[in-house]
Amino acid sequence: MAAPKKDTLLDWYRQMVLIRRFEEKCAELYQQGKIGGFLHLYIGQEATGVGVVSALRDHDHIITAYRDHGIALAKGMEPRRVMAEMLGKRTGTSGGKGGSMHLADREKRFWGGHGIVGGHLPLAAGIALKARYLEQDEVVVALMGDGATNIGYFHESLNLSAVWDLPVVWLIENNGYGMGTAVERASGQPELVKRAIAYGMREGPRVDGMDVLAVHEAVSEAIAYAAKHGPVLMESLTYRFEGHSMGDPQRYRSKDEVARYAEGDPIGRFRTYLDGKFKNVLPELDEIERQVQATIAEAVEFAENSPEPTYEDLVSFVYA
Amino acid sequence: MTEKIITIREALSSALREEMLRDERVFIMGEEVGVWGGTYAVTRGFLDEFGARRVRDTPISEMVIAGAAVGAAMAGLRPVAEIMTINFAFVAMDAIVNHMAKVRYMFNGQFTVPMVIRTTTGGGKQLAATHSHAPEVIFAHFPGMYVAVPGTAYDAKGMLKAAIRDDNPVLFVEHSTMLQRRSPVPVDDPDFLLPIGKSDIKRTGKDVTIVTYQKGLEWSTQAAEMLAQEGIEAEIIDLRWLRPLDLEPVFESVKKTNRAVIVEESLPMFNVGAEVAAQLQEQVFDYLDAPVKRVSAMDQPLPYAANIELMALPDAQKVVKAVKEVL
Ligand SMILES: Cc1ncc(C[n+]2csc(CCOP(=O)(O)OP(=O)(O)O)c2C)c(N)n1
Ligand SMILES: [Mg+2]
Repeated sequence: MAAPKKDTLLDWYRQMVLIRRFEEKCAELYQQGKIGGFLHLYIGQEATGVGVVSALRDHDHIITAYRDHGIALAKGMEPRRVMAEMLGKRTGTSGGKGGSMHLADREKRFWGGHGIVGGHLPLAAGIALKARYLEQDEVVVALMGDGATNIGYFHESLNLSAVWDLPVVWLIENNGYGMGTAVERASGQPELVKRAIAYGMREGPRVDGMDVLAVHEAVSEAIAYAAKHGPVLMESLTYRFEGHSMGDPQRYRSKDEVARYAEGDPIGRFRTYLDGKFKNVLPELDEIERQVQATIAEAVEFAENSPEPTYEDLVSFVYA
Repeated sequence: MTEKIITIREALSSALREEMLRDERVFIMGEEVGVWGGTYAVTRGFLDEFGARRVRDTPISEMVIAGAAVGAAMAGLRPVAEIMTINFAFVAMDAIVNHMAKVRYMFNGQFTVPMVIRTTTGGGKQLAATHSHAPEVIFAHFPGMYVAVPGTAYDAKGMLKAAIRDDNPVLFVEHSTMLQRRSPVPVDDPDFLLPIGKSDIKRTGKDVTIVTYQKGLEWSTQAAEMLAQEGIEAEIIDLRWLRPLDLEPVFESVKKTNRAVIVEESLPMFNVGAEVAAQLQEQVFDYLDAPVKRVSAMDQPLPYAANIELMALPDAQKVVKAVKEVL
């Protein structure tokens, strides 16, 4: 695969920083009571999100679970409208009705964050079925957590996709835990990608999910394969630096463990990589950081000044 | 008998603990019940006290949590399975409805299913449409299982202990926003049990009968206090169980008040109020001086944004308004 150009790489960097800073801001707003409900941060997993989204071709599709801010922002959803959704405002991407867990953008072929573990996997199969049915060259990338591989939805969706040769890249974002349950405590076969064998589908790689380039390359290959031959199961090995959601006391892991992973921070790693590759790039990266901060400040202002939803919003869109 | 004021959370926790100490066959299984200490901290400390044999963390697999509990119960254990929230019980619906509630009948009594599924219900926490259901009434549709809906710490304790000791499967529904509510509970009686399928008069009054449970009990109690200031005396009957459904005290009450309002968090179509109203007109039609009123959530999914979520849910004001309409 041809190495991505500098502009592309800097854009990936911008996306990763945007996701990180956006979520740090969200955590702050949550503490202030401006964001409610559940807030699941993606911090630590940015390389996976950006690597995956950058591998999509324009006509490909993506769907994920409730830990969805990273995918939304990488897909280019407007930060101000995503922030408005966080604050439950009518200008939000779901009109304030979905919240953090339920971001989606039909135009961008991002079919949503979904809150029921595994519930979106059959949807991915169905979207891929559309592509096969209409003989369109489209692939669905379905992201899920490690924990989601143990719900019945996973089994039924993967099996169907294999039987019908559906163009799906099933991508497990293995961040080590489903809430407080470590992968080894939840999965008889902790090398989750091996499940592919049981379904007779292509066993994809276990890619280093903290390396945006590696994720990009592996997912690009998987998409090319899925478009031609059918489903692939792959894994991105990553780690969430924050709790499962806000207020998680994190009794199930040690501070040392978290600190160890934090040393491999995907943004720091990518910055070092860029620094080694391009002469005098650090000022450019710092400028990106400044721009991101401005974008976020603007997004928060927009969201805070946006109107709340109304009774009419409450009752709209129950039916077509 | 000494009583202590404790929270619903503490009541549930002590009921579980006492029953596990009493009967070795009682064990807990579910997501995050062990190492995490329970999503709602009800089983905090249990893993240390009882060990991993009796406090079993499961994968995210509601179907097998419910289904394996059915099998274990059929085979002689007494599982207390936990489904983190009732929203996820839909994933396990078949295990619950077609197996838990049916195997005894279908095999002509060869099997008993002495198990409890504990779960949490309710909206009002900005969790959006999939995570905000209060659908316990759906489960009450099916014979072969019971549905418990306690609204106080006292009830939670006595009902959970009774549910664990009973030989029938019980869906035990706790309200996720009420776990900190306090009331006096007997603490030194390891056999403190409340009868299965008995409703309870929580407040006496002569002007109107409010039939309710769980979160509705809270709204109704607030409403009754507001009404009392205007000289209107509401009688509140807490159903406590949706199945077996005990409406005798409701009939007696309506004979006295001649008016009834049913208050619940469920959706309005085919809800508890619909059943109670139907039975009221069958049983005490001649005593009714006004149409029976229902207060429930609005007929639609719940949104994330707090302001419109509140619009869609019942509250004390809505109860007051309904009462005034029947007076
Ligand atoms: C059917 C269902 N069961 C339980 C839950 C509660 N729950 C939400 S997230 C989660 C853990 C999921 O872990 P994983 O799939 O690894 O994703 P991660 O949170 O690590 O991104 C659980 C148990 C749920 N939302 N849906
Ligand atoms: Mg995980």
